Amino acid sequence: MTLLETRGLTRHFGGLTAVDTVDFQLPAGQVHALIGPNGAGKSTFVGMVAGRIPASAGEVWFDGADVTDLPAHARIRLGMAYTFQITAVYARLSLFDNVALALRQRSEPDVLAALDRVGLADRSAQIAGDLAYGHQRLLEIAMGIAQQPRLLILDEPTQGLAESEIEGFNALISRLRAETTILLIEHNMDVVMALADVITVLDAGRVLASGTPEAIRADAAVQEVYLGAGHAQA
Amino acid sequence: MSGAKKSLLLHLGLIAILFALGFLLPVYHQGNLARILVLATYAIGYNVLFGYTGLLSLGHAMFFSAGMYGLGLAMHHGGVPAVPAFVIGVIASALLSAAVAVLALRTLGVAFMIVTLMFAQAGFLTILYFGAWTRGDEGFVLPQAVREVAGLDLTDPMTRYMTALLLFSAALLVTARMMQMRFGNVLVAVRENEERTTMLGYDVFKHKFVAVVISGTLSGAAGAAYGLLFGYVGATFASVQYSIFPLLWVLLGGAGTTIGPLVGAFFTFYLIDYASSLTSAYMLIVGLVLVLLILFARAGIMGEVRKRWAGWLP
Repeated sequence: MTLLETRGLTRHFGGLTAVDTVDFQLPAGQVHALIGPNGAGKSTFVGMVAGRIPASAGEVWFDGADVTDLPAHARIRLGMAYTFQITAVYARLSLFDNVALALRQRSEPDVLAALDRVGLADRSAQIAGDLAYGHQRLLEIAMGIAQQPRLLILDEPTQGLAESEIEGFNALISRLRAETTILLIEHNMDVVMALADVITVLDAGRVLASGTPEAIRADAAVQEVYLGAGHAQA
Repeated sequence: MSGAKKSLLLHLGLIAILFALGFLLPVYHQGNLARILVLATYAIGYNVLFGYTGLLSLGHAMFFSAGMYGLGLAMHHGGVPAVPAFVIGVIASALLSAAVAVLALRTLGVAFMIVTLMFAQAGFLTILYFGAWTRGDEGFVLPQAVREVAGLDLTDPMTRYMTALLLFSAALLVTARMMQMRFGNVLVAVRENEERTTMLGYDVFKHKFVAVVISGTLSGAAGAAYGLLFGYVGATFASVQYSIFPLLWVLLGGAGTTIGPLVGAFFTFYLIDYASSLTSAYMLIVGLVLVLLILFARAGIMGEVRKRWAGWLP
C-alpha cells in the first residue's frame, strides 16, 4: 500500500525552482531517506508534504486521499508527524508539557511512556530549554513518536549529535520501523546506509536516482554529484 | 497538594480577603478598590491575549468602550434596564472582537500591534463623529435612578463594591480554569512557538481567534460594568491611553500570571494616587518606578515571585 505519493510536486521561490515536478511514492512501513547536496530542495519537499510550504503545482496524496489543499495542522491530524531541522521544542515548558502537547492530552502514563522511549522519563519535570542539545533533539523525536503517526518526517535528526548519541538514534529508529513509516532527510551517510530501505537522491530540485542503498552506492550519477568518488570505493 | 488545587485555594483565599476588605475599608478606599477590581477584570481580559497567547494588542480600549457604550447607549437612549443593557454591552464587545480578530490576525508581531491601534483609533473617532448620540469627549452620565438591579442600588458603596468583586471573581476563576484546560495549554504553546504548535496538529488561527474574542469580551464586560457602577460614559475610555493601561498593569503585575492583572492595576492605581498627593508632576514619579521595575523585575511583580519563591504560582 502506498502511504504517501506526490505527483508533479513543484515549488518556485521567485525565479528559482526549488522542487521541480517530483513524483514520489512511499509504501507503508518503509524507512525512506532523502539525500542530496545543500539546496537540493529536500526540506522544501518535505515542507510541502507536511503542508508548511504551499506547493506551486502538483499534488500530495496521503493514505489514498488528496491532501494538497489541506492546511498543515489538518495533515498532522491525519497521521503525519514532523520534526524540525532546527530544534523546535517549547524551551520554557517542562518536558512533560512538551510531550503532553504533542499527545494532545495530559494522561501521565502516556506522557511518561513517550519520554521513556527516548530515555528521558526521569527528567519529565525539567524545563526543556535547560536540556543539553542532544537531549533536546531526543525530546523532539519523542514528541514525534508520541503522536503515534503513520508517517514520521524527520528533517536532519542527527544534526549536531555526538557519535554515541547517533548510535542511540539508530537503535530508536530500528525499533520504530515496525510501527510507522519514516521519511528521513539525513546528511550522515552512515546513518542513511544503516537505516534506509530505500534512498531517493535529489539534486537541483529533481529526483536524480531512487533505489536501495546498494543501488544508490553504485549509481555513477549519484557518485558524481553527491557521494564523491572516494565513497564509492569505500 | 496538586498545582490545580493550590491555585484554586489561592484564588478563593484572595476572593475571601477582598470580600472581608469590603467591610473593613473606609469608604474612600472601598471606592478605590471597587474601581480597581473592575479595571483588574479589564486587565484579566488583556492578559488572556497578551500574557497567555503572546499577542500584543494596542487597541483594547475599543473592546472596553464597546462594552461601555453598548450598555450606556442602550440605557441612555433606549431606556433599557441595567441587566439587559449589560448583556448588550457584552454582546457588542464580543461581535467587535470577532470582527477585529478576523482582520487583525492576518498580521503578525508589530503589524498586529499597529492594526489593533488603528482599529481602536477608528473606534475612538467614530464615537466623536456620532457626537449627537455619544456626546463625544464630554460623555454622558447615567443617573442614579436607572442604576439598579433587582431593587439593589448600584450607587450604594457596599453594593457597588460587591458587584465589582463578583465580576472580578468570575473573570478570575473562569480564566484560571481555562488555563488548566487543554485550550489554555495550547494558547501558551502558541505563545511559545507558533510553528511547532501548527506542526503538532493544532489550528493556530482558530485558537488565536477564540483568544481575541474571550479577551475582547472580558474587556467589554469590564467596560460595561465600569459605566454601570460609576455612572459615566465618555470617549476618554476609548482613547489610546486606555489601550496602554491594561498593557501596563499586566506588565507590572506579571504577564501570564492569574493574579498579576489585579496586582498591577492595584499598584498603578495607588502609585498614581500617592504620587499626585506629593507633586503635580506625579507622572515623573510613576515613570521612574516603572523604569525601575522593568530594570529589576522584568517578569512583573507576580512573575518575579513565581521565579524566585513559588514556582507553582498559576
